[in-house]
Formats: sequence, structure tokens, C-alpha cells
Amino acid sequence: MARYSAFSILRNALSGQRYWQRAWRAAEPKPAYDVVVIGGGGHGLATAFHLAENHGIRNVAVLEKGYVGGGNVGRNTTVIRSNYLLDGNTQFYEFSMKLWEGMSQALNFNVMFSQRGQLVTAHSADQLDSFSHRANIMRLNGIDADILDRDDVRRLTPYLDFSDTARFPIHGAIFQGRAGTARHDAVAWGYARAADAHGVDIIQNCEVTGFVRDGEKIVGVETTTGRIGAGKVGLAVAGHTSVLGAKAGLELPIESHVLQAFVTEPLKPLVDHVVAYGADHFYVSQSDKGGLVFGGNLDGYNSYAQRGNLGVVREAAEAAIALMPCISRVRLLRHWGGVMDMTPDASPIICPTPVEGLYLNGGWCYGGFKATPASGWCFAHTLATGEPHPLIAAYGLDRFRTGHTLDEAGAGPSAWLQ
Amino acid sequence: MLRIECPCCGPRDHDEFRYGGDASVIRPVHDDPDPEAWYRYVYVRKNPAGLHREFWQHVMGCRQWLVVERDTRSHAIASVSFARKSPA
Ligand SMILES: Cc1cc2nc3c(=O)[nH]c(=O)nc-3n(C[C@H](O)[C@H](O)[C@H](O)COP(=O)(O)OP(=O)(O)OC[C@H]3O[C@@H](n4cnc5c(N)ncnc54)[C@H](O)[C@@H]3O)c2cc1C
Ligand SMILES: [Zn+2]
Repeated sequence: MARYSAFSILRNALSGQRYWQRAWRAAEPKPAYDVVVIGGGGHGLATAFHLAENHGIRNVAVLEKGYVGGGNVGRNTTVIRSNYLLDGNTQFYEFSMKLWEGMSQALNFNVMFSQRGQLVTAHSADQLDSFSHRANIMRLNGIDADILDRDDVRRLTPYLDFSDTARFPIHGAIFQGRAGTARHDAVAWGYARAADAHGVDIIQNCEVTGFVRDGEKIVGVETTTGRIGAGKVGLAVAGHTSVLGAKAGLELPIESHVLQAFVTEPLKPLVDHVVAYGADHFYVSQSDKGGLVFGGNLDGYNSYAQRGNLGVVREAAEAAIALMPCISRVRLLRHWGGVMDMTPDASPIICPTPVEGLYLNGGWCYGGFKATPASGWCFAHTLATGEPHPLIAAYGLDRFRTGHTLDEAGAGPSAWLQ
Repeated sequence: MLRIECPCCGPRDHDEFRYGGDASVIRPVHDDPDPEAWYRYVYVRKNPAGLHREFWQHVMGCRQWLVVERDTRSHAIASVSFARKSPA
């Protein structure tokens, strides 16, 4: 693989951009691999990369039913943060944040990680208290966190509603300066290219339709391009975990729901940070092209349709205007949906499974993009050693049986209520 | 958007309803001591990509709980009936 550098850009510019190498090979499937990863999203690709990079396992295939980056990795609103409260989450997401900070170097691919800082507004004294609790926990874990008062928030984000008529007046905010965004497609492409450079086969347009068993053990997969043998199989298919899990005989505590995102027409620079509205499910950042990117609620009923409904568009617009009245005349350009695994406690499931040879990486709910590098790192460890990585010890499937749920949202067992 | 044909009120926008989740899940009897049965009732879902039997309550209308059969891939609704056999 030719490395990207200032020199390579110059050389290719001078030769009319005609000699760039393709970023990864169009691999033909081999009869068998040591590890087959199902799902060419961020998590699957990161897993394949770390299998090769950290564990020297290079006889690996990533099977993707569509194209790399066509799933949630290319549909999310790109927010990266590690402002979690619960033990298990705090450490995992901070580990992820550290990997983000070195990702462009590690992959030799500019993922445009922009640590612009994220603030979550508080709308009552009580909410600010609970944010202080969270900030203290974060600091005890060595994670940066600040509590801002109303004047601080006004200095950073003067365009929010500080008027006397604000629906929910702003009392302050919790701020994480190292939080930010990354170019989501670049994350998929960067991992694909780096995994390919280690010899990983990335096979697009290859849908897994079933599993091959030897007795109870899974020893391969059936695909639309034929049967492929596998020493181990890792499932990383985002919203479709139930569908494939059922084919392997797994019954999971997961429901698939659609989450929508929105982008407005491009504006002059306005929003410097990621701003989340503490009074409703709404958050916004500004893309490098100038569009305001925002997200809102789940549609709230089981769906594999990968498109949203207008009720949620209206809710998101209402929340946007309540927080930022200055954008009430801005036009919405596009909205789209992604299918997500919702777990009853809003935490992921990433672990070995009761089915021998099958490993699970799913249940990322609203927030799995920020987890991409740590998820890949820990899932690769789990696949390579057969044991869960210590950082994902809290994300086992058994936690629902044993009562050790990790309910960061405090929303109970009904996915649609989250 | 979904349009749910309420057997009491006629076709209405789904915004008038509250979703109640999988209607095929059966609650164990009150004093069932088996934790596995409760685990399955509270957490485990089939989550099919296809026909799904689910509860919706018509909160902004007649307030009846309904069972809707809906295809989770296309949102096509195959049937709607009262969750209880006869409306009060
Ligand atoms: C609108 C929206 C906004 C979001 N915003 C954020 C955010 O701001 N911050 C954040 O941290 N997270 C966010 N998320 C969540 C995040 O995008 C996901 O949790 C994460 O990307 C999921 O992991 P993935 O990248 O591997 O999934 P995907 O990219 O979806 O990868 C899974 C892949 O599996 C493939 N697949 C499925 N079935 C099969 C099969 N049978 N055979 C082969 N391949 C198959 C799919 O085609 C897909 O490409 C958001 C999600 C959505 C939808
Ligand atoms: Zn009705």
C-alpha cells in the first residue's frame, strides 16, 4: 500500500491525479479463513484491522452485504464523546476517545477528528447537580469535564435561547472539551484500507444467509456468493443482529428501531461545538460544509425500513427552534434513517456467545460510532483469545439474567421508551 | 408515517397512538418462581424482519389497546383488532 503523505499529494497532483492506487483490493473470497467478520461497517472493519495489527491474525475476511460505509457508520451524526457515568462505560468510552486521538496517524488516513468540544445544557438546578455528579465521576476516571454556569454557556454559544421566553431556561451545562466529531465515511474507508494492507479480504456485495455447523460448533457461513469456512465468526451487523442471531439459534434482548438524522442547507460558521439539548432528545453540530447536522428521537416502533417518519421530523424541528430560535427559517435539506439494535438497558452486547465459534458485537443503540475503535480493539481481542477483553466485561449477554444491567439512560427494559 | 385503522374510530395517523411493543410475549403467571421465565418475558424478543404482532393504544382517541400486525420492513399493516375480544 502506498502511504499517504504531503509528498504523495504533491506527486499525484503533478501527474494529473492519474496514478492514485485504489484504497483496498476487490478481494475474491477464499474457501476458508481463520476469522470471518460479518458486517463491513466501522465495527467490523476495525475488528479485522485489530485482529491483524494487535494479534497477527491476517487470514481474515470481512463480508458486507452492500458496500463498505453503507450502513450506520455512514448514517450517523458523528458525535464522539466519553462523558459516561457508569463503571464499565466510563473506562470503555475513554479508551475509545484515546484511540480516536491517534486514529489518523494509526491508519495513515485523515479521519478529520475534530475535538471541538461538546456541551449538554442543563435546564434546572437539579439537572445541573446531576451533571456535577457525572463530571466528578468522569474526573475521578481521569476524563476531562467542566461544569459551566449560565454566563459561561452564553459566552460559548450566544445563539441559544437566553431570552425571558425560553421554553426551558438554560441554567448551565456540562462540557467535555476533548469531545467532537469525525468524518464518518473516512473512518470506514481508513479502517478498510489499513485492514486490507495487512492482507484482510474485504468482500462487498456478499450477504451472509446462514451458518455452517459441525455438530454444535459454527465452522463457516453460507453467503450469496457461496459457502465460506471459518475458524471463528464475529457478528457485527448493527441493526440486523436479531436477524442473523436467530439463524444461529440465538434469542437476544434486542429490538430494531429507526433513528433519523437531518442536515440543513449550508450556513456561515455558527455552531463551534457539539451542543446537546438537556431538555429534549436533540443535538446539533456544524459540518465542514456548513450544514447543521442534527439528530433527535427514535421512531419508537420496531422497524427494519431504514427510513424515518414525519412525526419525528416535526419533533426534531420543534426542539431545534426551542433551543436555537435563530434557525427557524433555515431549510432542512435531507433526512435519513438507520436501523439500530436497541437493548433494554441502552448498553451494547459484545461477548462470546453460547454458540461455539460465534462471537457477538451488537446492541449499540444510539451511540456506537464513538465506540468504533475500542469496539474493534476489544472484539478482536475476544475473537483472538476466546475471552472477553477486560474493558468489555460489563457488556456480556448474561447481564440481563443476573440483574447486572448497565442502564445509563435509566429507561428500563422497553427499548421503545429509550 | 403509519395509518392505523382503529376498529373503533376509523383510520388515524399513528401519532395518535402509543406503541406498546411485542404482543406475542406472554406474561408468566403471577407466582411463577422460575427466573428464566421472567427473564424471557422482560427481555427476550424475536424482533422479526417481517410480520410483527404488536400493541398500540389509541391514546388520543377511544383509548383502546389494539393488536396490530405490521411488516417491520415495509410498514404494511395486515390487520388491526382489539386487544381484548370485545370493547367495553
Ligand atoms: C441517525 C443516526 C445517528 C447516529 N449518531 C451517532 C452519533 O452521533 N454518535 C455515535 O457514537 N453513534 C451514533 N449512531 C450510532 C452508530 O452509527 C452505530 O452504533 C454504529 O455505526 C454501528 O456500528 P457499525 O458502524 O459497524 O454498523 P454498520 O455501518 O451499520 O455496519 C453493519 C454492516 O453490516 C451489514 N450487514 C447486515 N446484515 C448483513 C448480512 N446478512 N451479511 C453481510 N453484511 C450484513 C450492513 O450492510 C452494514 O454495512 C447513530 C446512528 C444513526 C442511525
Ligand atoms: Zn380508536
